[in-house]
Amino acid sequence: MPGPAFFVVMLAKIAVVFGLMLLSVAYLTWLERKVISDFQVRLGPMRVGPHGLLQPIADGIKLMFKEDIIPQAADRTIYVLAPTLALIPAFISFAVIPFGDRVRLFGQSIDMVISDVNIGLLYLFGVASLGVYGIVLGGWASNNKYALLGGLRSAAQMISYELSMGLSVVGVLMLSQSLSLVRIVGAQSKAWFILLQPIGFLIFLICAIAETNRAPFDLPEAETELVAGFHVEYSSMKFAMYFMAEYANMITVAALATTLFLGGWRGPFLPPVVWFLAKLYLVIFLFIWLRATLPRFRYDQLMQFGWKVLLPLALANIVITAAFVALR
Amino acid sequence: MEWLFFIPLAVLALATAVLVILLRNPIYCALALVGTFFALSGLYLLLQAEFVAVVQVIIYAGAIMVLFLFVIMLLDVGHEPPPWLRQDRPKLVLGLGLVALLVLELAVAIGSWIAPGIRGPYTSDYINAVGNTQLIGRLLFTEFLIPFEITSIILLIAIVGAMVLARR
Repeated sequence: MPGPAFFVVMLAKIAVVFGLMLLSVAYLTWLERKVISDFQVRLGPMRVGPHGLLQPIADGIKLMFKEDIIPQAADRTIYVLAPTLALIPAFISFAVIPFGDRVRLFGQSIDMVISDVNIGLLYLFGVASLGVYGIVLGGWASNNKYALLGGLRSAAQMISYELSMGLSVVGVLMLSQSLSLVRIVGAQSKAWFILLQPIGFLIFLICAIAETNRAPFDLPEAETELVAGFHVEYSSMKFAMYFMAEYANMITVAALATTLFLGGWRGPFLPPVVWFLAKLYLVIFLFIWLRATLPRFRYDQLMQFGWKVLLPLALANIVITAAFVALR
Repeated sequence: MEWLFFIPLAVLALATAVLVILLRNPIYCALALVGTFFALSGLYLLLQAEFVAVVQVIIYAGAIMVLFLFVIMLLDVGHEPPPWLRQDRPKLVLGLGLVALLVLELAVAIGSWIAPGIRGPYTSDYINAVGNTQLIGRLLFTEFLIPFEITSIILLIAIVGAMVLARR
């Protein structure tokens, strides 16, 4: 592809993905409230627009016009910087996820992925491991004991579960022989990896929920113990940025689960992008379902579970998979 | 083209490294060090060592520095003046001596046969053909198997040692 066309296509892809991501983040809040209210046999947001469909827009406007409070004793530089540090990794991690097959458009063949790098999966883990900075720094800079404890809990939790998460995908890597997400999807043309790696998928899913700080692993923001956790002092758009980061992370891990274990964009009859989105939203629905169903873990249970159950299980999964790959 | 990326990254690496020593707040120092790791990671990318670049971010920026921050926050390390501002004559002399030694070593290394001219058996074309993750994996489990295993045993000893000390 010639230089200028390459840049135009690249910018277009980034714009579309970024726009869709923002829109999804806004409407995930609506979806979550609606689904949870269904579980709890109530209506949820109904007033703004039909079935509350304009609620996210109203919320966005409201958050923008709220007073932006910075506590007097806060470390101003880091306090302002921290929400951005949470938001950026959440958005840039989507760059390596393939959301469709190669298409031909205006005589050019275009890959349905922003960038197919040969270390795609490692890039994702690298970026994901940076998300913890926004949370831990925000908690510290607020100069508030609840916020600090929330931030530290989150740091401990994310580091512990990142390890098992990384190990849970090693089986997938061994089967696909590549770190490129495009090739991993390609390797699932015969069978989805969820069939070959059921334990890996389970571990990955549990760790993904813990990584995104969602129920039943939402200890960093346990209201009964820590008020609101690391973002207790944040208001207005800074609070909204933390919120957006959480939902964007949710989309990214769901997309990663889809790509690694559910065959990515592969599927019969319907166009690949539709399949990708359908699987993505199925995983997200599962996340919301779990939040509506399960009570929160206690902190020591969380750590015990991560280190004494998930980690050994992930290692055993690697050993068994390695044996199969070697004997094949 | 390469200079376009190399010079900003090199400047960033040096500037953040200097900030690590100059800043007074230990949290800012730690963050400056994260900046250094990023700049180094960028330099590895320029050398087409994608695996090393990303592992640098995952391990140093994503795990080790987070634990540093953790400890600094939990211990609530105060805003002490940095060591170079304290009037501590013997340490200052020792420090300057070590700096002089390092500069000397660098001068010898850069000026002599160590840095320029010598090329290893792995050209960048070969690495790109095999894939650098695959190549590192293969070398770790063949040529460098024993050093690799020794390293992991050392790490294991450190973990067991930490557990023993913590239980006391």
